[in-house]
Amino acid sequence: MSKRLFVKGNEAAAMGAVEAGCRYYFGYPITPQSDIPEYLSRELPKLNGEFIQAESEIGAINMLLGASACGVRAMTSSSSPGISLKQEGISYMAGAELPGVIINISRSGPGLGGIDASQSDYFQSVKGGGHGGYHIPVLAPNSVQEMYDLTMHAFDLADLYRTPVMLLGDSVIGQMKEALIPNARPARELPGKEWAVRGKSGAEQRVVKSLFLGDGELEAHNWRLHAKYQVMKEKECISEEYETADARLIVTGFGSVARIAHTAVTMAREEGMKVSLFRPVTLFPFPEKAIAEAAGRAGKVLVVELNTGQMVEDVRLSVGAAAQVSFYGRPPGAGSLPSPEELLEVIRKHYDDTAR
Amino acid sequence: MRTEVLIAGFGGQGVLLAGNLLSYAAIDEGKNVSYFPAYGVEKRGGSATCTVVIADGAVGSPVLGHPAVLVVLNQASLERFGAKVRPGGLLIVNSSLVDTTELNRSDITIIPVPMNDIASDLGDLRMVNMVAVGAYVALTEAVKMESLSGALTQALPERNHKFIPANVKAIETGAQVAKSKKEA
Repeated sequence: MSKRLFVKGNEAAAMGAVEAGCRYYFGYPITPQSDIPEYLSRELPKLNGEFIQAESEIGAINMLLGASACGVRAMTSSSSPGISLKQEGISYMAGAELPGVIINISRSGPGLGGIDASQSDYFQSVKGGGHGGYHIPVLAPNSVQEMYDLTMHAFDLADLYRTPVMLLGDSVIGQMKEALIPNARPARELPGKEWAVRGKSGAEQRVVKSLFLGDGELEAHNWRLHAKYQVMKEKECISEEYETADARLIVTGFGSVARIAHTAVTMAREEGMKVSLFRPVTLFPFPEKAIAEAAGRAGKVLVVELNTGQMVEDVRLSVGAAAQVSFYGRPPGAGSLPSPEELLEVIRKHYDDTAR
Repeated sequence: MRTEVLIAGFGGQGVLLAGNLLSYAAIDEGKNVSYFPAYGVEKRGGSATCTVVIADGAVGSPVLGHPAVLVVLNQASLERFGAKVRPGGLLIVNSSLVDTTELNRSDITIIPVPMNDIASDLGDLRMVNMVAVGAYVALTEAVKMESLSGALTQALPERNHKFIPANVKAIETGAQVAKSKKEA
């Protein structure tokens, strides 16, 4: 076993990127994710990589597009308003089928908002934040270890599906420190990058583009992207279940709030309530089947989010009539993180309803 | 086992370093730890808090609503968090700066430790955080005292390693005073 380190979530993501072979980073500073560029600005030059502080977030995402088109592993990171600025570039990358990793350690919005922990960027992340009707895989770590592991996973998914991939966290996950075991993951078998533009030198011309003007060309392109998303839904869902076997109420949430809910569920179990936790790790593709199955067994689902209700819509779509779905939201703002005791109170209320 | 503490003071008292030191010690003992600094528009002289949860199994929530143990280094933190300590919990106060007479909590154990005075007597007021963490570990046994001293090389930047003996002394004195107050 490797040595256990004690690092911040943001640093763990940066370390995971380096371990995954990312040698190119482009970004523009913004709280609460600046530890990521800070780490990479120090480490990438030592590895013959490039760290560029761009003139803006728009500059950074287009540098990522360019680097990716050359076939190298590259990354950018930002926080909510900065991620909004990157959406045009992400759409172009999705259209041109370019891999790349984008980390959003989100702020609380809308507008300039605040820097507190928040999950208000769920819709923007999973529903195709830019124009044109695309999706990108979205991963939601809930620990420092997952910031590391899922960043590596994000690079694999990006290359496997030729798509931008987003990691979505908040200031709890980014700023907290925990033990990290920097394990090298077994590399997934990945396709070669025969599409990458690396200089012609007598070879056949390669074109990377998101412009399709020929008759029926764009429609075919859209259907092909759609088919790719269906494969992701089949193969790439990740979720975690805690005590779901005998549950009569399932609590679900992602990222930071799932950590708080985990303790609340443990407390509820100590009081004899048959409550469980279901945590989506991939937000797109959403683990529809797994949650529908767990919800069907329990009959009731409580969705907890640090917003006024976003993931709850995907839960309702997944569960359908198989279970009753209710929602508890804590929109962002200083001091508005729910405590385990507060969530326990909410659980009690919904559990009592079940008993009646 | 799961232990949790909220350490609160004002910026400059070394609250975050105290939490880091405690975390490194727990990591060295093979335990799981989460260290969560209060994160907002904080500044020197403003409030500084951190939460440390140490567990053999899953840490669970890195955020606490009602901490089992609260360590307060200044009056403002007592006023902000004093009412939130879990019934039956423990409150360790820096009695050099904090007055608990108006805190109406007969349901918790309150241990006053004159942390500023101890640190000043040892030669540097800035070691108030070491006195605090020494007192905390002595009263809760969250980690072993040796792990705490041993973790100083990791928690402090190398340029400050020359201060380690003085810091160890501050940790030990904090521990001794806290134990004597508990017995009193």
